[in-house]
Amino acid sequence: MTPATTALTVIVAIVTIGAAIGFLAGSRQRMDLEQWTVGGRGFGTALVFLLMAGEVYTTFTFLGVSGWAYSRGGPVLYALAYLTLAYVASFFFLPQLWEIGRKYRIQTQADFFNTIYRNPYLAGFVCIVGILAFVPYIQLQLDGIGIIVSVASFGHIGRVAAMTVATVLVIAFVVANGVRAIAWVSVLKDLLMLVAAIAIGVGIPLTYFGGIGATFAALAHARPEHLVMPGSTANLGHSWYISTVLLTACGFYMWPHTFGATFTARSADILRRNAVLMPIYSLTIALMFFAGFAAVLILPHLQNGDLALLTVVRRTFPPWFLGVVGGAGALTAMVPAAILLLTAATLFAKNLYRPLVAPAMSDDGVARLARAMVVLLGAASLALAIHGASTLVSLLLAGYAMVAQCLPGVLLGLYWRQVTAIGVFSGIVVGVLTAASLMFAHLDPIGGLNAGFVALCSNFVVAVAASLATRARPSAALPELN
Amino acid sequence: MGAIPFVAMCFSVALWDRVEPMVFGLPFNLFWLIVWVVLTSCCMWVAYRLESSGNRAPNRDP
Repeated sequence: MTPATTALTVIVAIVTIGAAIGFLAGSRQRMDLEQWTVGGRGFGTALVFLLMAGEVYTTFTFLGVSGWAYSRGGPVLYALAYLTLAYVASFFFLPQLWEIGRKYRIQTQADFFNTIYRNPYLAGFVCIVGILAFVPYIQLQLDGIGIIVSVASFGHIGRVAAMTVATVLVIAFVVANGVRAIAWVSVLKDLLMLVAAIAIGVGIPLTYFGGIGATFAALAHARPEHLVMPGSTANLGHSWYISTVLLTACGFYMWPHTFGATFTARSADILRRNAVLMPIYSLTIALMFFAGFAAVLILPHLQNGDLALLTVVRRTFPPWFLGVVGGAGALTAMVPAAILLLTAATLFAKNLYRPLVAPAMSDDGVARLARAMVVLLGAASLALAIHGASTLVSLLLAGYAMVAQCLPGVLLGLYWRQVTAIGVFSGIVVGVLTAASLMFAHLDPIGGLNAGFVALCSNFVVAVAASLATRARPSAALPELN
Repeated sequence: MGAIPFVAMCFSVALWDRVEPMVFGLPFNLFWLIVWVVLTSCCMWVAYRLESSGNRAPNRDP
């Protein structure tokens, strides 16, 4: 067998096993809407941990982080800090969120807005923001699969073909099994990813330099400025770091899917225990730093940093191991893509279509419509991924800048009785417009600060001001919440 | 308890973003963050203990 066929055979085998687990996982459950979206609210610590880890450790972790370590240097450290701090923040507000979720049978983020603010239009608007923020995120995953398969096949299989096959598989197992399938495929994916990450993060520095310490010693000697901020960038300095870490750590649980995963937990305590465990798991990111920094010295002249990791792996390890890394990478793209599609489709059917177009629709009808939407949204994001081009980290940061705009609505809704629907609505409008216009005008970072963070601050100010101005109405917050 | 990791990993960046001294072969900034990932878990564990001894009643975990 040629190296390419060996690598590809292993990738296909891993993806097939993953898909098989997905199909088997939910086959004994009756799939009503509650079961499909939040697993019947019956997941214990282990399964919630897996689901959340499955959502967090995406292609971004594998290819994006090592790619930025390679191309940008120091600023990539934000990735380790923000994930850890996101769990710290989650410890304090997720349990509260879960209580409200159980009380009012909330399944999605928009349900939450509808419950707190009693305004289906605000909820619908939040849905639209969420779905829009997903676009770059889903595109990131599909791009990742394209990169993995084309590098692993030594260019024999094109990006487009690889992305198409992966999209079809993802759609198939989401439609059949919902959220339970995703949690179980995560088991395989996380195991493989840990093995691959350790082998890569330790193995590559060892092969070329004799150890991790020796790699950094060589890099500190050759390019010391690459290791600190702003690294190899012009304007990603300390103020960018602080604003980006704050934006992403706080925005982390505003993603409709991470928000939704909260409700799969059996109790609020499980969420607290998770917040204690999860930071340790983010150490995998440090391993990707090692690989990316080593690649700076091994392959100094790559055009696209996102290719750095796999190109080094292809050069260093035998083809079958390239296959294992590729397979793990493909699953780390497919699992999150599945979650994103599931969430976006549920949001659309349950919180946008039913309340505003067809109020008489039954839960089963919503579930059917959501399944149809999975197919449609999957096809649409595939089309975008085929035509778009951007680095993986920039795609993620663009999504964060959008989705974090929901934060004021959630925090104020949980902790401030004076908040009104109009206040939150105007805040989100201002925040989204600010973020989008700054990014389109290439003013990110602006004044050394992350554009999404600037947008979030203006959003907070507007939300509070507009709430105070419209306070004459009876308090929007639920009386029994405080 | 939650404020400690934020100060250590985020706001104080200007103090620890340096290559030297290398610790265990890692640049100082990377070493600092890795240590704090572990310490964050410890902080959260302490917070968890405090929380569950503070309000036993509302947490009905099977």
